[in-house]
Amino acid sequence: MTWADAGWAFLRVVIVLAFLLGTLPFVIWGERRVLAWFQDRIGPNRLGPFGLLQPIADVVKLFFKEEFLPKAADYRIWFIAPALALFPAVVAAATIPWGPNRQLTPVADIDVGILYFLAMSSLAVYGVVLAGWSSNNKYSLLGGLRSSAQLISYELGMGLALGAIILSSGTLRMTGIVEAQDQPLWGIAPAINHWFIFTPWGFIGAVIFWICMVAETNRAPFDLPEAESELIAGYHTEYSSMKFAVFFMSEYMAMVTISAILATCFLGGYLPPLDIAPVAALAESTSGTALGGITSALATLTGWLSAPFWFISKIVLSLFIFIWLRATLPRLRYDQLMALGWKALFPLALVNLMIAAVYFGFGWIPALTGYGILALGYALWVINRRGKEPKRVVQMHSDAAPYQPQSHREVESVG
Amino acid sequence: MGERIFFFLLAAIIIMASITVVASKNPVRSALALVVNFFALAMLYITLHAHFLGAVQIIVYAGAIMVLFLFVIMLLNLGSPDAMQETTEIKRPIAWVIGLSILGLMMTQVFMVASVVPTEAPEWIGTTENVGNALFSKWAFPFEITSILLLVAVIGSILLAKRRQLN
Repeated sequence: MTWADAGWAFLRVVIVLAFLLGTLPFVIWGERRVLAWFQDRIGPNRLGPFGLLQPIADVVKLFFKEEFLPKAADYRIWFIAPALALFPAVVAAATIPWGPNRQLTPVADIDVGILYFLAMSSLAVYGVVLAGWSSNNKYSLLGGLRSSAQLISYELGMGLALGAIILSSGTLRMTGIVEAQDQPLWGIAPAINHWFIFTPWGFIGAVIFWICMVAETNRAPFDLPEAESELIAGYHTEYSSMKFAVFFMSEYMAMVTISAILATCFLGGYLPPLDIAPVAALAESTSGTALGGITSALATLTGWLSAPFWFISKIVLSLFIFIWLRATLPRLRYDQLMALGWKALFPLALVNLMIAAVYFGFGWIPALTGYGILALGYALWVINRRGKEPKRVVQMHSDAAPYQPQSHREVESVG
Repeated sequence: MGERIFFFLLAAIIIMASITVVASKNPVRSALALVVNFFALAMLYITLHAHFLGAVQIIVYAGAIMVLFLFVIMLLNLGSPDAMQETTEIKRPIAWVIGLSILGLMMTQVFMVASVVPTEAPEWIGTTENVGNALFSKWAFPFEITSILLLVAVIGSILLAKRRQLN
């Protein structure tokens, strides 16, 4: 390794860190504004244009807040837990390619890129669990315990969903996965890129991965570790000031990183949706004329910006859906969450992986048969279940009556 | 040279973490030290070009098994560390004797066998492709036997849990 190599490696690290830290205020601001929009409020709009400077005010507030240490806390572990929460969110971004230039991205194009991501994301639970345990607070401990059980039930589905992608691309390398999507859709449709979400196993895999990544980042409707209506704030109840801010940062950084993984594995990474370059074509047609210089400069510029633009657009879309889910869905109960992970996502991901393997081994007719059997089995299960489900009986006090919605006619007469 | 520095650094971390695992009176700290140990071991694999093994080591041991360990330790809520003190005094000298003799055996291997020449790990050895080829061609039978063993363990644990539920 020469000094030049080391310099490039340093630059790659700086780019990734700058991106992650630089987008953080915008993500937090965006979440507050979009959430407000969903809830018919205005949200932070006072500080700076559109309230864009609000995150700075928040951070200043957090800096000057008094920090409390719980009396019976295990101080060393309590101190190190926020750092342990932040670490995986940052380092997991190291293998993600942000563009076609291999000297600038990714930080390390290692042979086991996807496994590296799974390894780092599986370490994310330690920060939460240790914060919950070391605070010596029963609500924090419950949050930590929930987090560890949640992680174990969702990691399997996530890994198996990615397994189908590994089969499709034939490599664990992140750059290889993106390059495998740079071909005509299904081998026939020209000018449309072969994003893995457009293949059947890729689509099912993307849905499973989506649910698992919401659970992995502890976001609503899977935010049981911090469920504020039952556990106060869960694992970070006892944290204030900048230590709380580090937990906050790690949650949003994990959202950005995992959205980038989703974009890379299922949405074609930095590839544009259509494999056309209109500006480059314009530059070619006008070369030699008076406009040739301008259009060729424009073509170079768009060539440089196209990959990061599409990649960041996909991340923004994914973040928007994160916020959308939070605004729309109520929190799952603990047993519902475990049942979803083990009884629904895990078997589905397993069957999906098997059908993908059948396709790559034997062609599309057995694979389609497999999907047919899957659909038939699901239909039979639903039919068999209907009527057998025990009716939920809600116990009520003597003079309470179940809620009866007003009939249509009554509403009309009132109106 | 760089690799050697890295090796001794990792070895020091591993030894310190291992001592903490057995010496710490707090079970959560012991478990944490074991996580550090596994993590450093994974890095040691990576310095030997076994990237696949390193990643899987972190996923399986540091990421899954130790999370379960911590989960169980926290659920048990073992109380004060003094309650965990061994009561029978005879165990302690026996443990010292066994431990020291194993250490002595390893030391003799390291210092007295002078003919061992350290070899460079080839770069191709730990790639996913090579590990997969080895597992599914040459070592397919032991691999499948191991998976059956694990399946038996899974079924056994389910059976135990179900029996308690029935009673």
